[in-house]
Amino acid sequence: MEATVAKTGTEGKTWGGGNRPLNASYGKMMMWFFIVSDALTFSGFIASYGFSRFKFIDAWPVADEVFTHVPFLHGVPAPMYYVAFMTLVLIFSSVTMVLAVDAGHKMQKKKVIWYMFFTIIGGAIFVGSQAWEWATFIKGDYGAVETKGGKILQFLNTEGERVAIADFAKHIPTERVTHEKKNGVWYAAEPTRTSFSYEEVKAGFLANDNLLVRTQYLDEHGHPTVLSREESVAKIMNDGKLVVEGANLRHNEYGHPLFANFFFFITGFHGFHVFSGVIINIIIFFNVILGTYEKRKSYEMVEKVGLYWHFVDLVWVFVFTFFYLV
Amino acid sequence: MSAHAHDHVEDHHDDHGHHHKETFVTKYIFSQDHKMISKQYLITGLFMGIIGIAMSMLFRLQLAWPDKQFGIYEILLGKWGADGIMDPSVYLALVTIHGTIMVFFVLTAGLSGTFSNLLIPLQIGARDMASGFLNMISYWLFFLSSVIMVMSLFVEAGPASAGWTIYPPLSALPQAIPGSGAGMTLWLVSMAIFIASSLLGSLNYIVTVINLRTKGMSMTRLPLTIWAFFVTAIIGVVSFPVLLSAALLLIMDRSFGTSFFLSDIYVAGEVLHNQGGSPVLFEHLFWFLGHPEVYIVLLPALGITSEIIATNSRKPIFGYRAMVASILAIAFLSTIVWGHHMFISGMNPFLGSVFTFTTLLIAIPSAVKAFNYITTLWKGNLQLNPAMLFSIGLVSTFITGGLTGIILGDSALDINVHDTYFVVAHFHLVMGISALYGLFAGVYHWFPKMFEGRMLNKNLGYIHFWVTAIGAYGVFFPMHFIGMAGLPRRYYTNTAFPYFDDLANINVVITIFAFIAGAAQLVFLYNFISSMFFGKKGPKNPWKSNTLEWTAEVKHIHGNWDGPIPHVHRWPYDYSKLNKDESDYVIPGEDFVPQTMPLQDNEEEMNH
Repeated sequence: MEATVAKTGTEGKTWGGGNRPLNASYGKMMMWFFIVSDALTFSGFIASYGFSRFKFIDAWPVADEVFTHVPFLHGVPAPMYYVAFMTLVLIFSSVTMVLAVDAGHKMQKKKVIWYMFFTIIGGAIFVGSQAWEWATFIKGDYGAVETKGGKILQFLNTEGERVAIADFAKHIPTERVTHEKKNGVWYAAEPTRTSFSYEEVKAGFLANDNLLVRTQYLDEHGHPTVLSREESVAKIMNDGKLVVEGANLRHNEYGHPLFANFFFFITGFHGFHVFSGVIINIIIFFNVILGTYEKRKSYEMVEKVGLYWHFVDLVWVFVFTFFYLV
Repeated sequence: MSAHAHDHVEDHHDDHGHHHKETFVTKYIFSQDHKMISKQYLITGLFMGIIGIAMSMLFRLQLAWPDKQFGIYEILLGKWGADGIMDPSVYLALVTIHGTIMVFFVLTAGLSGTFSNLLIPLQIGARDMASGFLNMISYWLFFLSSVIMVMSLFVEAGPASAGWTIYPPLSALPQAIPGSGAGMTLWLVSMAIFIASSLLGSLNYIVTVINLRTKGMSMTRLPLTIWAFFVTAIIGVVSFPVLLSAALLLIMDRSFGTSFFLSDIYVAGEVLHNQGGSPVLFEHLFWFLGHPEVYIVLLPALGITSEIIATNSRKPIFGYRAMVASILAIAFLSTIVWGHHMFISGMNPFLGSVFTFTTLLIAIPSAVKAFNYITTLWKGNLQLNPAMLFSIGLVSTFITGGLTGIILGDSALDINVHDTYFVVAHFHLVMGISALYGLFAGVYHWFPKMFEGRMLNKNLGYIHFWVTAIGAYGVFFPMHFIGMAGLPRRYYTNTAFPYFDDLANINVVITIFAFIAGAAQLVFLYNFISSMFFGKKGPKNPWKSNTLEWTAEVKHIHGNWDGPIPHVHRWPYDYSKLNKDESDYVIPGEDFVPQTMPLQDNEEEMNH
């Protein structure tokens, strides 16, 4: 056929057709473009977070006061230590991933297996740590009071130390009957009850003269405003409505509920990505063991999941920065 | 898959596609062949289009004669049309679902899904998409999302009815309107699946264009259709994920009690717990997709038009590089103009003036395209077949609708006409009708490629075009005037406002034109279905076109070309090219030179 003999006029040109101009397989490029797309989804969330945080910049909880726990060290305030550990583990899992990809290029099956294994372990530690972080955040520590307007009031002693509501709330015995499922045709489960009712917290607060109230609004130094005893009493008497323990999607003892909303949603969405990454890594790990890529004479699949894994790590760096550091 | 297809030229034994026995299921249902997937997209899109257009007929009927009873309401809407009176909430539902279906299911998936799938491999000289499997998944996710959207019409409280833009709090609180219940949930689920489908499709289109162009098919030899599909896919990858963000946050607000978009709301005297959220945040996220979406709808139509106008004017496209540059410029600008949908949302007025500036910039590449179409037509040897008529129709509606965009894009002028029928007229002409014309033009032009050589009936095509063109302008031209007079959109009836009594007759006129235009689509449907089975078989290259798809086998085979993939030696627009001494065409007696034809001794190479 004449056409195949004649020159096309684009010989030797990178974008001339009949070649791979970016020197990458379609699968690898798809992973890259998928990452672009997913990055924009995260950007949507992080931009929303910035939008909302900026709107309540005068009342945003201070991360150093929220994430102070480390497993097995109860009562030891260690802000940011655990999340720093999590971040480090995730970054190291990225390092082992790089080593796995590199070993794949050199067709060293044993090394790929071991480095993939370490990556999976790192990912699992991260997801587990996040679950623990969530559990701690949900459980809360000091407890607080929410006002009728939905603002949070926290308690301090006159030395400026935080006081848990459990330490001063007065126990007022009350009669209450729990409606159980077996007792009627109609049954609606009760909402979760806090350990103390608002009346108990109020009575305890009024009985302890050395207690003060701290509002969620920040003063000119960026610290939450502490009210005087008279102001505190007035605030509790007039505005208080209910007791909040820990954080969930509706209430947040640490301050503005949007803080908890965004924390749960964005770290949850990221955690879902890490979780899927671990599952995908496990699948590829077994493929490596079974020798699938040895037969294929290419470990490109390891490289593709590696791209995804690095992306997930990179996103965490942003999430970590915006939720914990700034 | 692609690796195999690629080896094809060199190694004929490695060819796995042809010789496999295909079953009914692998050929017609779970097909991985781009030609079949393209037809699946088209037929699903047309089916959704029938639903979407039928809905518009129903609410036009209501708008024209709000005080009359029509039995058709009771037949089609059941309890919401009892005694022939349309329920106000179902009017909102019809408007919402009409918008959703037309924008996403017909003009995104039906247009770009159909023609990207059909033309990308055929026009770049590839045996199939890079990943046939993901392509199949993409279609079936689209199908699933269509099914869920149609299902949502049948839930007890009715489908979503907060408008296709689903602004919270209307869409976030089930107690706000009936359509905010299960219907809204299904809407969101359907759209989330749709986004996944669109993403998989777009990834495939992009990498196919990058990696699978045949030898000689450089980027500047690509037909403008491919440029349009390529850039459309990129916009899709960039903007749809942000809609996903908005949809996921909205799902959280609806079902899990978060307050991302909700604050300070009383329902029936009771304070909701939500505090701090902002509906304007939703608008930002939504329109960051929503505006590029306009170009996702329009660019494929513009690409199709470029190709058809050049072919049927028997002239090279005017300003090929300017066309490519304007596609790229439109794509870039489309991502920085979303705020012009929010001028009166309470957004900072200074931001409004920035968005006005970026919005008006879009007029530049758009005008480049419009003038290039006109100069391509100028002194051409026009072949006025139905595809060409629809393409010229697109140029007309693109200009008409585009001019009003300049008014709406100005934050000060917009105050007067926002949320009136002026806006409805603007976007229906510039993206709705234009993109539909592009879809029709593409179907008339490439029907023989889809259905193994069968052609659509030309005379029925003429009827379809002229009646549609008159009907569409009859519907949307008067809307400018009632919009300028202040008639608000999305109102079930205007009888409560004596101020609008004078405009009632115009609404009747619009509705009559709508029915005429709707009836013309029945002609098209008849033509489509009958030609599919009984259409006249045309020649292999019925429009004497230069592009590669007409060198492929007429009969659909897996791999498109029976022999080796042809190589490309020139750009696709060498129409009516004369030889060196200008005595005849390059190929004597033929006014076109296919891309596969090597450079001849008697011609000069064109530097377009």
